[in-house]
Amino acid sequence: MRRVKWLVPTLYIVFLMLPIYWLLNMSFKTTNEILGGFSMWPSDFTLDSYREILTNPVWYNGYLSSITYVVINTVLSVAVALPAAYAFSRYRFLGDKHLFFWLLTNRMAPPAVFALPFLQLYSEIGLFDTHIAVALAHCLFNIPLAVWILEGFMSGVPKEIDETAYIDGYSFPKFFVKIFMPLIASGIGVTAFFCFMFSWVEMLLAKTLTSVAAKPIAAVMTRTASTSGYELGLLAAAGVLTIIPGAIVIYFVRNYIAKGFALGRV
Amino acid sequence: MGKTWNNRAWLMVLPVMALVAFNAIIPLMTVVNYSVQDTFGNNIFFFEGVKWYEALLASERFHAALVRQFAFTFTILLIEIPLGVAIALAMPRRGAWVSVCLVLMALPLLIPWNVVGAMWNIFALPDIGLLGYGLNALGIDYNFTQQPVSAWFTVILMDVWHWTSLVVLLAYAGLSSIPDAYYQAAKIDSASRWAVFRHIQLPKMKRVLTIAVLLRFMDSFMIYTEPFVLTGGGPGNATTLLSIDLVKAALGEFNLGIAAAMSIIYFLMTLLFCWVFYTLMMRGEEQ
Repeated sequence: MRRVKWLVPTLYIVFLMLPIYWLLNMSFKTTNEILGGFSMWPSDFTLDSYREILTNPVWYNGYLSSITYVVINTVLSVAVALPAAYAFSRYRFLGDKHLFFWLLTNRMAPPAVFALPFLQLYSEIGLFDTHIAVALAHCLFNIPLAVWILEGFMSGVPKEIDETAYIDGYSFPKFFVKIFMPLIASGIGVTAFFCFMFSWVEMLLAKTLTSVAAKPIAAVMTRTASTSGYELGLLAAAGVLTIIPGAIVIYFVRNYIAKGFALGRV
Repeated sequence: MGKTWNNRAWLMVLPVMALVAFNAIIPLMTVVNYSVQDTFGNNIFFFEGVKWYEALLASERFHAALVRQFAFTFTILLIEIPLGVAIALAMPRRGAWVSVCLVLMALPLLIPWNVVGAMWNIFALPDIGLLGYGLNALGIDYNFTQQPVSAWFTVILMDVWHWTSLVVLLAYAGLSSIPDAYYQAAKIDSASRWAVFRHIQLPKMKRVLTIAVLLRFMDSFMIYTEPFVLTGGGPGNATTLLSIDLVKAALGEFNLGIAAAMSIIYFLMTLLFCWVFYTLMMRGEEQ
């Protein structure tokens, strides 16, 4: 019984790692070797694909673009969601429940519905092909999520703390930054993690809203695939490199993952 | 906890309102406009009423995409939820390995969606992919670019690979919140494994599982990038789910009226699910 129990997560993790291993395997092969036939590991081990990506500005600018808009989006989402989540967790106000529901509906809106109108909207206001455009567009689903998660964490903090602080003569901004934010620090971390995650993995809107200057790495990948034949080795290496930022972020929040996924209120 | 009535709280919500409204309401109105108009080009539009909606609701193609979408969503829910719960139950409660397990499991969640599609594409290719080559070596005739059944199998397996971890992490978070005393009490009562699950673990996981089911339902309902990169909706239209069909109509065929009407219906459906989700969650909270 004990042994079986240990086996289930292990098998699952092996299953998770197989496609990732295959991507790694491909990334160390030359395109000729890949197309030449099936083999479990590279016989002609090469780092050429990685060298090409790290020295060719078209490639590495794709990564820089992606990281730029993801960071702008994360900072923006968390910054505006903090006061809003506080309002939802502490006060009742006209239309609060409807507002919260409306916010959540935007988390559920299919990006495919918004792709074309977004293209027109952001072209109209002159933001097409900028990092700001993608960062703003991703707010559509990240802000509702951020408000939702933060509200959960904030409701876990007893209201008496606010009241005591006011009696002690703290102004609202001072109380919020000096006392309240440290109390929900792990919540802010988890929220930032989720915003980063969803902005990093979303590609339909990011691709639609950019052409040259702010092109995300995904767009570079597809366009390279169609122009220079099918450079599988290069594509695989680029794919491996997109996994790394996510892995780093997970490592930093590893102790909060289990709790954070419960969205603060378990 | 009693909340104070304070209408000035609106000021704190205002920035969020402004940003989300800008992104949600203007594009939505654009879609509504397209859905009731037609054009002969040159940006001249004229009012058409509900013509596109009628055409869409009568179209075989839309019905087929809708059926495929529901089939996909229910299949992955039936696999991912029980599997995720089973894995969470089998995970050790504490120790150094827990962090390692959680980090490895969370990895697929942070891979860009087009990379997930591309990765599965080369993993499943029958001549050079591990999965495709392996299955064929076992004597199973498998080729996801030609056979609809193989394509469906691959798309579903990919989604299970991609998202089961979310269910695991949510369920695990629910399980970690159960105090040890509960298990000790169950041991004293010599409760069976099933009784522990049914009366201690399942009730504690109820809230997170509601979140898991509904998040998975909604995210799988709007899935686009991964199956598009993997199969392009093919072979034929075999794996053309709703979003893929929508983008095909809008950007591929410039059939703006139909695409917009489809967007509105699609959006109303997600709105309905969202409402069910919200009521369920709020009811759970009040208890």
